[in-house]
Amino acid sequence: MTATATAGHIPPGHRMRRPCFRAPSIIPGFGLTFGLSLTWLCLIVLIPLSAVFIKTAGMGWDHFSSVALSERAIAAYRLSFGASLGAAFINAVFGLMIAWILVRYDFVGKRVVNALVDLPFALPTAVAGIAFTSLYADNGWIGQYLEPLGIKVAFTQFGVVITLVFIGLPFVVRSVEPVLADIGKDVEEASASLGATRAQTFRRVILPAILPALLTGFALAFARGVGEYGSVIFIAGNMPYETEIAPLLIITQLEQYDYAGATAIATVMLIASFSLLLLINLLQAWSRRRTVD
Amino acid sequence: MRNGATSESRLARATIMTLGLGFLGLFLVMPLLVVFAQALASGIGAYADAVLEPDALAAMKLTLTVAAISVPLNIAFGVAAAWAITKFDFPGKSILITFIDLPFSVSPVVSGLIYVLLFGAQGWLGPWLAEHDVQIIFAVPGIVLATVFVTFPFVARELIPLMAEQGRDDEEAALSLGASGWQAFWHATLPNIRWGLLYGVLLCNARAMGEFGAVSVVSGHIRGETNTMPLHVEILYNEYNFVAAFAVASLLALLALVTLVLKSFLEWRYDYHGKGTGH
Amino acid sequence: MPISRRVFTIAMLLGAAALAGCSGGGKDQDGKIVLLNVSYDPTRELYKEVNAGFANKWKAEHGQDVTFKMSHGGSGKQSRSVIDGLEADVVTLALAYDIDAIAAKPGLLDAAWQTRLPDNSSPYTSTIVFLVRKGNPKGIKDWGDLVKPGVKVITPNPKTSGGARWNFLAAWAYGRKAGGSDAAAEAYVSKLLANVPVLDSGARGATTTFAERNIGDVLLAWENEAYLASKEIGAGKFEVVVPSISILAEPPVAVVDANVKKHKTGEIAKAYLDYLYTPEAQDMIARNFYRPRDPQVAARYAGTFPKLNLVTIDQEFGGWKAAQATYFADGAKFDSIFAKIRR
Repeated sequence: MTATATAGHIPPGHRMRRPCFRAPSIIPGFGLTFGLSLTWLCLIVLIPLSAVFIKTAGMGWDHFSSVALSERAIAAYRLSFGASLGAAFINAVFGLMIAWILVRYDFVGKRVVNALVDLPFALPTAVAGIAFTSLYADNGWIGQYLEPLGIKVAFTQFGVVITLVFIGLPFVVRSVEPVLADIGKDVEEASASLGATRAQTFRRVILPAILPALLTGFALAFARGVGEYGSVIFIAGNMPYETEIAPLLIITQLEQYDYAGATAIATVMLIASFSLLLLINLLQAWSRRRTVD
Repeated sequence: MRNGATSESRLARATIMTLGLGFLGLFLVMPLLVVFAQALASGIGAYADAVLEPDALAAMKLTLTVAAISVPLNIAFGVAAAWAITKFDFPGKSILITFIDLPFSVSPVVSGLIYVLLFGAQGWLGPWLAEHDVQIIFAVPGIVLATVFVTFPFVARELIPLMAEQGRDDEEAALSLGASGWQAFWHATLPNIRWGLLYGVLLCNARAMGEFGAVSVVSGHIRGETNTMPLHVEILYNEYNFVAAFAVASLLALLALVTLVLKSFLEWRYDYHGKGTGH
Repeated sequence: MPISRRVFTIAMLLGAAALAGCSGGGKDQDGKIVLLNVSYDPTRELYKEVNAGFANKWKAEHGQDVTFKMSHGGSGKQSRSVIDGLEADVVTLALAYDIDAIAAKPGLLDAAWQTRLPDNSSPYTSTIVFLVRKGNPKGIKDWGDLVKPGVKVITPNPKTSGGARWNFLAAWAYGRKAGGSDAAAEAYVSKLLANVPVLDSGARGATTTFAERNIGDVLLAWENEAYLASKEIGAGKFEVVVPSISILAEPPVAVVDANVKKHKTGEIAKAYLDYLYTPEAQDMIARNFYRPRDPQVAARYAGTFPKLNLVTIDQEFGGWKAAQATYFADGAKFDSIFAKIRR
């Protein structure tokens, strides 16, 4: 692999001798960096994850469908995917707003707010779950005011959404922020000088520019929410068919010493998340190519 | 900012600020307050006791060790992957990026489980490992592996859009002036990406220290030995020792906040003008 | 390109360093003996005392220092860890079913492990009781009161918690006795589960939900957990109610043969478990609200442990394997009851 690292030193004419996997470039290091990333990716992610598929493949269709496609499992997928989708939407709206505030406005304590956005990455998920449960339980700081209004958060599907909003927020903010910072004022000024109102400028100029990043943030927040276990488990209530999340079913299978059953549910979730992420990344690659052309 | 069409009206701005910061207050500040309120519920003395207790110190040491091993590994990978992906064109790039994203979407439960399936006594490599007396899961290597997996995308994810944005002109110019590839990276690329890199490293580090689910599966929960800080929090919580549990949790939150404030300080000190406009 | 090769070497070295870390499990280290006890959640306080007691005794008799490493977690999860390579010298779990799972893997543990120590290898017993709020505002005296409308019952999820399986079976035993048939038992348990607002994943989570979150009127809990919670979380805030009938829980212990052979700790591990049956340890057991086996110690603590009609899992449900298959496996009773409640 390291041999191709010297490609940069070969005179340009020689490079096209054999059919090339990648487009030619004078920048060296493809072999080294590509090889290193691929090796590491395989060692840490792909080979271990393949264990999930191989284990699942060995279990037979009947067992698979009875575990991973049962009515109860489907109810759990519906909750996990639905709540993640809802949380990702909320995050897309408010995350964009927060990114906007951080990029465009100056105010006292901005750096603290900026640092705070990453908190969900740092706080152990279990702690987040416990904190949210104690906030929203009927005797909690917030729950006590919601309870008289008949709004229940802790131990309901709503509670799951709230926790997932917390888990996913940084993904949206951190995806949108750099792109928003990169949009020059000149574009907006041009738009304004052509007579566009602020709302029109936002809708026609700014939004299209940040949409790919927003989509990425949305997809990452969604994908992260689907698999989340540690925080949700405290606030969900875990009632079958109602507030039981899909990762809990994986644990349930493990409790029965049914590793294959656990990997079956994991497989379904993995394929769904992977397809969504791939779709978004393709969409982005496509939109990048379109803007370059 | 003065032009009405390139900035919002006062009202719109106030609304956005209120909504955005209100949202942050509700979703980030409140839980943080709960953590600190509970941690300090019995006074600062109880807080100090909980944090300085030997098992808590052992957990801290382990957490820092694991982060110290897994973060550099992911930096090396992240930079290499970002270089390969952004400086070259090759088919299947979107798939490669998606694979890099994958650990974000894998349930933490599964991230731990895969290493058990691989290295556990009943796993593929289990018998071989047992024969050679190598312990991976229920020991530090397993915890490191699970942590590397969970934090895998952070550095690469941070660098890829940034380096894609910056294009290849700087490196190509450096190379045509006779620089080696390594020099081009060191003098042309790195200065442009250092903030993004620093940021990715901080996030990676924060997540490495905070990961609970995946580590829980491979740790074995041996007190004072394979318990990381998040696991120690769970243990304390399950002992009904709520003050100590939240004290250790608040320490984790503090660690993360300190690194992030440090980053903000560095940005301010070294005159940083927005990520994408580094050159 | 020498520089990139150096980078590559460094990366590989880092990788090697990551893989080379130390190994866990109990082992001898320069004359000092280390024992790893893998246990379930509620026994932390108990084994803290027992370990100190045994270490003193062993030092006095053999002149050797023993240190203990403890691992606590859900019983099933702990058992899986041992199966997957956590090198426990002894396991002290909640159900025989979980130790049977270890014995089912070739070479780890003798299948007849439960006959190696007295009393089904269970140095203590416990049972399922009710924890209610102070003054017992809903007037809960027995199982029949739990299915009254408006009574909220907290119990963890039997699919993920060993303790919850005992709760479920105790309720079933009551339903069967009160109604005279399995159909009546199922009807009773269905009504009971319909009164459950939250199914926590573990016993301690359920206790926290009941005590800290203030949810529910009655908590189904291990007897020792009920006493511990009323002592630790809120003295005077709760009362223990002992029902007319409950189940005899026998949390078993075992030496893991393969691991002690590897660590050469067989003798001391055996002595450690034997120690649990001594009057000294039995007294610690009773102080931690587990029912001691030793009749003299039991007599001393008779006031703490009221007599009640206890059924056993073997007589009533044909052992753990059968109970697991009938009630808790996928699509078995627990699942089908929930499927029905939903409709």
